[in-house]
Amino acid sequence: MREIKVEQVSDAIRKMFIEANHFLGDDVKDCLKACAGREESELAKSVFESIEKNIEIAEEGVFPLCQDTGMACIFMEIGQEVHFTGGELYEAVNEGVRQGCLEGYLRQTIVEDPFRRKNTGDSTPADINIEIVPGDKVKIVLAPKGFGSENMSRIAMLPPAAGVEGAEDFIVDAVRQAGGNPCPPIIVGVGVGGNFNKVALMAKKALLRPVGSHNEDSFYAEMEERLLEKINALGIGPQGFGGKTTALAVNIISAPTHIAGMPVAVNINCHVSRHREVIL
Amino acid sequence: MQHVITEPYTKEKFSKLRTGDTVLLTGTIYAARDTAHRKLTEMLERGEELPFDIENSVIYYMGPTPAKPGYPSGSAGPTTSYRMDGFTPRLIKEGLIGMIGKGPRSDEVKQSATAMGAVYFAAIGGAAALIAQSIRSSEIVAFEELGTEAVREIQVEKMPLVVALDSEGNDIYAG
Repeated sequence: MREIKVEQVSDAIRKMFIEANHFLGDDVKDCLKACAGREESELAKSVFESIEKNIEIAEEGVFPLCQDTGMACIFMEIGQEVHFTGGELYEAVNEGVRQGCLEGYLRQTIVEDPFRRKNTGDSTPADINIEIVPGDKVKIVLAPKGFGSENMSRIAMLPPAAGVEGAEDFIVDAVRQAGGNPCPPIIVGVGVGGNFNKVALMAKKALLRPVGSHNEDSFYAEMEERLLEKINALGIGPQGFGGKTTALAVNIISAPTHIAGMPVAVNINCHVSRHREVIL
Repeated sequence: MQHVITEPYTKEKFSKLRTGDTVLLTGTIYAARDTAHRKLTEMLERGEELPFDIENSVIYYMGPTPAKPGYPSGSAGPTTSYRMDGFTPRLIKEGLIGMIGKGPRSDEVKQSATAMGAVYFAAIGGAAALIAQSIRSSEIVAFEELGTEAVREIQVEKMPLVVALDSEGNDIYAG
């Protein structure tokens, strides 16, 4: 049994919430650079220039990358040998988000209730997802998620007969309908299989995989590649102004499912695809 | 083509802009997003005076991060515009001539804007730190209780924009 103080969890989350909102991963930055070089129109090129300048300014640590500093989506893999001490784990996670929001001058972005809409004042509560795994370590991934792109996400309970083609049509159509709204170039997270709730979570987790990496199963790696080509052929382009880069990546996660179903979820992320991780 | 536009804003100045042109905007703009739009519309329905002069004004769909000490504003990029579509024709009727946001607008907004000579600009979504560099001052003028969603009077200098819908109804998102 290994003891970990929940205070360590709060500290790690506070730090990651602030950092994630200022520093983009090298995978996204490299991909943006490569895609910028492929654009032909002046407008599309200028969008990439603005995005690049924005990243440089945010890295100075004063201005977050986006004013939508996001809903704090947290994924914890907790080793089953770990014993948390000094308080309640969920409260400690939210305390980290609270401190990160207030100390980091992040936007207060969460309302208490979808209809009455009173701001909670500190971007809590976080979206907390916990998995128990073997071992005595704790892995925490924090991904601030903006809602311009979240609002463009979709889910479908397709019949098995829809096949790969039906799933791909649905995914491409989700991006087509999203158009210029989710701040393209986007990252497309796809979940296939599982059930209604699981497929959405898989789509969100797919957004965490590095841009430029591929599914280990060649069947899905090829599907990712095919979808990226189809999506970029839509011509929506950076910011929806037209161009070659609508998406930077399509990442798929699959899971076993029911004999009667083929759930598909599409979670869209903007080019400010932020996430940090730490192992305690 | 690049234009430099300085307050006072007029339909005449805006009529020279064409979809796809870039603009550097200098002057006063009012930040208002979802809840503020609902509240402004309710004020109009009750026959109350709006908290700012809407005649020939420009509204920016934006809710900033808090300003750090010594800075006029936090990050300040556009939010998605379609959520304001239901409120926009009424505000255009009251004299609004410019909107800044991101993403496509409804047919109702396009028709109302074209009929009244109003123009819709796109700011680069997700370039909030960059856009903040053109903000000189920012002051809450209504609904302070809404926090980031409060209405703000913002002075911008050379704010970089793209014309998304010109006064003739050409739409950058149409194709």
